Amino acid sequence: MAAVHAEHLEHGSHEHPPEPYYSSRVPPSILGMFLFIASEIMLFGAFFTAYFFVRVVNGTQWPTPPFHLPVFVALVNTCILVTSSFTMHWALQSVKRGNVYGLRAGLLLTFLMGLTFLITQGIEYSRVGFAPKDGAFATIFFCLTGLHGAHVFVGLSILLFMTIRAFRGHFSPEHHHGVEIGGIYWHFVDVMWIVVYMTVYIL
Amino acid sequence: MRSPLRSEADAFRFVGVVVVAAALIVGAARANTWFGLAVAVVLVGGVSWWYWHQPSPEPPPVAVRHDEHAVHRVLVIANETVGGRALSDVVRERVRGRPAELLVVAPALNSPLRHWTSDEDGARAAAQERVRASVTRLGDLGLTARGEVGDGEPLQAIEDAMRTFGADEIVISTHPAGRSHWLERGLVEEARRRFDLPITHVVVDLEAEGA
Repeated sequence: MAAVHAEHLEHGSHEHPPEPYYSSRVPPSILGMFLFIASEIMLFGAFFTAYFFVRVVNGTQWPTPPFHLPVFVALVNTCILVTSSFTMHWALQSVKRGNVYGLRAGLLLTFLMGLTFLITQGIEYSRVGFAPKDGAFATIFFCLTGLHGAHVFVGLSILLFMTIRAFRGHFSPEHHHGVEIGGIYWHFVDVMWIVVYMTVYIL
Repeated sequence: MRSPLRSEADAFRFVGVVVVAAALIVGAARANTWFGLAVAVVLVGGVSWWYWHQPSPEPPPVAVRHDEHAVHRVLVIANETVGGRALSDVVRERVRGRPAELLVVAPALNSPLRHWTSDEDGARAAAQERVRASVTRLGDLGLTARGEVGDGEPLQAIEDAMRTFGADEIVISTHPAGRSHWLERGLVEEARRRFDLPITHVVVDLEAEGA
């Protein structure tokens, strides 16, 4: 929350530009992330609506025989992604306490786990035994998991920049907004995967 | 649980909530599909209800720098009571015997539906008319005043006005208790918490004044 300062200044007497004023009482970066994630939820919502129509309204068998979904591999991937949220949180807690090594290790581990997730998903795609053209089930499967994979890729790009900046000493206990915002995005990606995993692989 | 978008820590906690909720839903759905659906509905509904019924986070107090002015500056916040005689009397009393500058702010009161659809023209026009009448009345009493239409949220309107008008004190005018939405929402107490300035509360009973 931005601190708001009411200054008793004579009109035209101040020498510096006034501090930015946020009428919404929410810092612009948080508001921007809020709007971004709201639009993302709508995007995922569109794909989940398609999933709902294919599976519930049309009654398509899931997965359509003779295909099978690699539930166990996806479970391992889920565990990796959820663990990466812990390392992300550890990184931010470290920088807040002035622990630069914890920040760097946390971000690096988060990046590596995200990369592992993405590579595993790529391998899963190559071995799953069906392609997007193989019916509505396959199309929805690749669309939902692929859309999420694209978000992981974006998250990895953000993490890469955050990690480089962390190694260059750009963050401190007072200034670590870049880690905070990136962390919110990463957790969002994590939450979306849990929903995707639950609906596509488990239920 | 706070908004998961407020901070990374809140988002992290939300991840934990989602993991637990997902495990419960999957466990229930394994037993029976409809039971799983019911658990999902109950969990989503329960968390949503809990979230929306939490008190809002306390906004930070507004830091006020107390400078010496050649003139005494009074910020007047009022709604329909802006033209009330009781308010004029109090304002005149507050500035008696010293050079003073008055800023009258009338929040553009609007219905929630019109607010969310950005249909504010009518509310602003009505507030503008109230301000004009009030400034004219104060001018008739020999007081120098100017007026502005403020944000529909009175605390926000005060804060906005403080940006450009370094007030030495604030006068808040409301309807009597029982007829005042502002009093019901604790506007005066909240303003006293947030603004480190003398705040005078004036109750204007328009019905009594009109009688």
